[in-house]
Amino acid sequence: MTGGIQSALNPAGPNAGSLARLWWLMFYVNTAVYVLVMIALVIAIRKGRRQSDLNPVLTLSAQTETRRRNTVLSAVIVTTLVLFVFLIYSFSTGRSLTADIGQKNGLSIEVTGRQWWWEVRYNDVDASNIFTTANEIHIPVGVPVLFTLQGGDVIHSFWVPNLAGKKDLIPGKISTQWLQADKPGVYRGQCAEYCGLQHARMAFWIVADTPEQFIAWRQNQTQSSVPPSTDSQRRGQQVFLSSTCVMCHTINGTTAGSNFGPNLTHVGSRNTIAAATLSNTREHLARWIVDSQQFKPGNKMPQNNLGQDDLNALVDYLQSLK
Amino acid sequence: MSYYEAAQITDEELAAQMDRERAELERTWAPPKGLRGWFTDTDHKKIAIRYIVTAFIFFVFGGIEAALMRIQLARPDSHFLNPDLYNQIFTTHGTTMMFLFAVPIMTALGIYLVPLMIGARDVAFPRLNLYGYFVYLIGGILLYAGFLLNTGPDTGWFSYVPLAGPAFSPGKRVDIWAQMITFTEISALAGAIIIIGTIFKMRAPGMTLNRLPLFVWAQLVTSFMIIFAMPAVMLASSLLASDRLIDTHFFNPAEGGDAILYQHLFWFFGHPEVYIIFIPALGFISSIVAAFARTKIFGYTAMVLSLIATGFIGFGLWVHHMFATPIPQMGQSFFTAASMIISIPTGVQIFCWIATLWVGKLNIKTPLLFVLGFFAIFILGGLTGVMLASVPLDLQIHDTFFVVAHLHYVLIGGSVFPLFGAFYYWIPKWTGRMLSERLGRWNFALMFIGFNLVFFPMHQLGLNGMPRRVYTYLPESGWGTLNLIASIGAFILAIGVLVFVINFLWARRAGALAGDNPWAADTLEWSTSSPPQSYNFHNIPVVQGRYALWEAQPDAPVIRGLSTTKRETLVTSVLDAEPELRFDIPGPSIYPFLVALATAETFIVGIFTPWAFLVGAILTGAALTAWFFGDPNYDNRPARETPERSTPVSPPAELQPKEI
Repeated sequence: MTGGIQSALNPAGPNAGSLARLWWLMFYVNTAVYVLVMIALVIAIRKGRRQSDLNPVLTLSAQTETRRRNTVLSAVIVTTLVLFVFLIYSFSTGRSLTADIGQKNGLSIEVTGRQWWWEVRYNDVDASNIFTTANEIHIPVGVPVLFTLQGGDVIHSFWVPNLAGKKDLIPGKISTQWLQADKPGVYRGQCAEYCGLQHARMAFWIVADTPEQFIAWRQNQTQSSVPPSTDSQRRGQQVFLSSTCVMCHTINGTTAGSNFGPNLTHVGSRNTIAAATLSNTREHLARWIVDSQQFKPGNKMPQNNLGQDDLNALVDYLQSLK
Repeated sequence: MSYYEAAQITDEELAAQMDRERAELERTWAPPKGLRGWFTDTDHKKIAIRYIVTAFIFFVFGGIEAALMRIQLARPDSHFLNPDLYNQIFTTHGTTMMFLFAVPIMTALGIYLVPLMIGARDVAFPRLNLYGYFVYLIGGILLYAGFLLNTGPDTGWFSYVPLAGPAFSPGKRVDIWAQMITFTEISALAGAIIIIGTIFKMRAPGMTLNRLPLFVWAQLVTSFMIIFAMPAVMLASSLLASDRLIDTHFFNPAEGGDAILYQHLFWFFGHPEVYIIFIPALGFISSIVAAFARTKIFGYTAMVLSLIATGFIGFGLWVHHMFATPIPQMGQSFFTAASMIISIPTGVQIFCWIATLWVGKLNIKTPLLFVLGFFAIFILGGLTGVMLASVPLDLQIHDTFFVVAHLHYVLIGGSVFPLFGAFYYWIPKWTGRMLSERLGRWNFALMFIGFNLVFFPMHQLGLNGMPRRVYTYLPESGWGTLNLIASIGAFILAIGVLVFVINFLWARRAGALAGDNPWAADTLEWSTSSPPQSYNFHNIPVVQGRYALWEAQPDAPVIRGLSTTKRETLVTSVLDAEPELRFDIPGPSIYPFLVALATAETFIVGIFTPWAFLVGAILTGAALTAWFFGDPNYDNRPARETPERSTPVSPPAELQPKEI
């Protein structure tokens, strides 16, 4: 019932957890209201069916009228009370989601939505610890993480149903969202605001690591790219640097430094490519480089004509970028 | 002693006199013949039927687009449609259903029925009415011409900036959307003004505001909402068009514009829009419930106040479409409160209808079935609406298939089911023939089952994380089964609509004759013939109660003395409908069509060059001048003098009106 790869009813953090509680409260109360109204309707129909006379009933006894008025009035009062409970419960849930962000004092991550991928920047007081990655966001488990969100081109929306509600990324505005994962695991997120041709294929993963794993991962990400170690990888690097790849991508430690596409410094360490569309296998990577349009028609990466050997070498190189 | 007895006229003379008057009215109100009639006829019933047929055709187009989307989404990773086409289709589907189907068809039912229900000969501004129809038709053709030329809009029916701005949507697709909006808004505004003018000043004597049928109240509230809501979207679409045409940067954040401003403008219209579609349907339901429960609607005053309250509160909740934007929580909470409060007036109406059914003697026919379907579907949609009103919960389900389910539950349940009920109820009046009851039951059952199969699983899909407006999804998402069920339901729903079309076509040829009042209903339209004559009523009735026909006394008086040789109607006071003056209504004219063409030039050529506005202003000015100063004889000529022309009967002195 509540399964699937990204479910709001399968919360894995306090934020999504309080939303799920709010959902179930409203679900049960609303179901009860629906059933009661339907029962009233069915009784009304059954009462009325027994007669079949076309003369309209224009006058009713004063008693019937009073009874109807009182019934309708009490139904309205009950409705109003239920709505007040919802309003107050909803408001307090909302406060718990937004309060004290500053004091949570955890990690701060900046996400920029781009057509059709996610640029992720880990901020730090120490500039040498700042790094940029894409589409795969590692967070330490059990710690609230503050996300600062902005739109890089059009409006996108950042949404990881298992962890929190969504928040829009709007050009010219900053929005914030905190989320916390209570248990290690991977949680899928997806763009929730229509953003053009490939809105459907603009997903990402949140990877909740144990604190030790996270520190190790982060340590690795702040490093420059791994230099090529085999002939094939060296040839791959040459292919990368001498082809159109460098027009859009960055690999730290090389001359490739453009920010139009995702940062590839540690692309080999990611589980997926193409904004969580394809698993990061050799075959997918090769086919993506040659003709990304077959997977994501309209995405901004051009087709590349590479010889088989060059392509193999390039894939070797990219996979080595752990 | 009656008037005519006092005047010493025999029954034969009286009958002959009436026949003469009817023949004269027939000539006076006769529509222009042939092709010219298509462009000049101002009969509100003809215009309304054109509106209804056109809007229904757009409904079928929108439905076909929905079916294509359901085929695409039936399986994960489907290649039935490419993303570009899918995006054009979902945008055109939403735009069609909101702008070309729902609003026009609701207004059209008002244009057809309001004059008949209040005892008027025509609407207040018949030529404006004709103009409104042509503008609407041209807007619809523009959208579909674009769509068929692969220039269909592809940024969603809301066309958010910056996606719809010049930088991210080059080409003319968004311009077509923006100008189509302008066309349909002009037409909606024209319709609203006509309906308000008609209701306020043309009611039959005796029909005080306090006796106005609930259907007419609903149309009145809707029309006022249109007048306040539509300017906001015209502003949004015009600023967007000028951003695209002449680089104004209203919505370009890089140049100091604001992307959120667009959303405020759009939803300030967009949310009331939902009520503009829904409130007329409440009017249908009140008419149908009264007629088929065979009793008065419980709580008339509460019903009217609820309609008005909905009209007001409907303007206070637009931000609930924007809860995911960075608007402070306290500000958003007011909109949560408003969004929840609006369910109270709707709840009041639902409780009142159930209280009516409770004491009624039900005559269960197809129109009532559709109303019962409304209860089952709409109430569920209303309850999910309360969930969406909560800011934090909305953050989970906003922009997911949960919202797709919710909006179709309220719009199809709240408007389309009552609309089909209204078709079964009033088509006998329009065509003079009854629809088949048996096909009607099939129609209802297929639509009800099909609808729930399509949309109920979508609640679960949304909670499982499926966002809206995606052209495909991954196999491992686990959304495949529910999507397949929804797609199967879509075809059952489509067959249901097809049964209706068959029923209609069959009834027009072979349906049982309806007679004046097949349902023994209460409102004035059922006192005239089916279909009504071009002049609606031979004698304007005098109304004696809220349920005009049920409460009419024997020998009820009628209004005499309106000219039969020119298009004359009675103008009455706003509150008490006391006769004020006789008024000549304009008749057929070609100028509304010409002004519509000038409007079309302005906005369609305006997609390509700003000079179109200069040319358009001149053309419109010329056409309007001709409209105002054109040959009045062509337009309002008196009926040809005939030898058997009736002479007014002079009553005896004691029955002459006395000076007070």
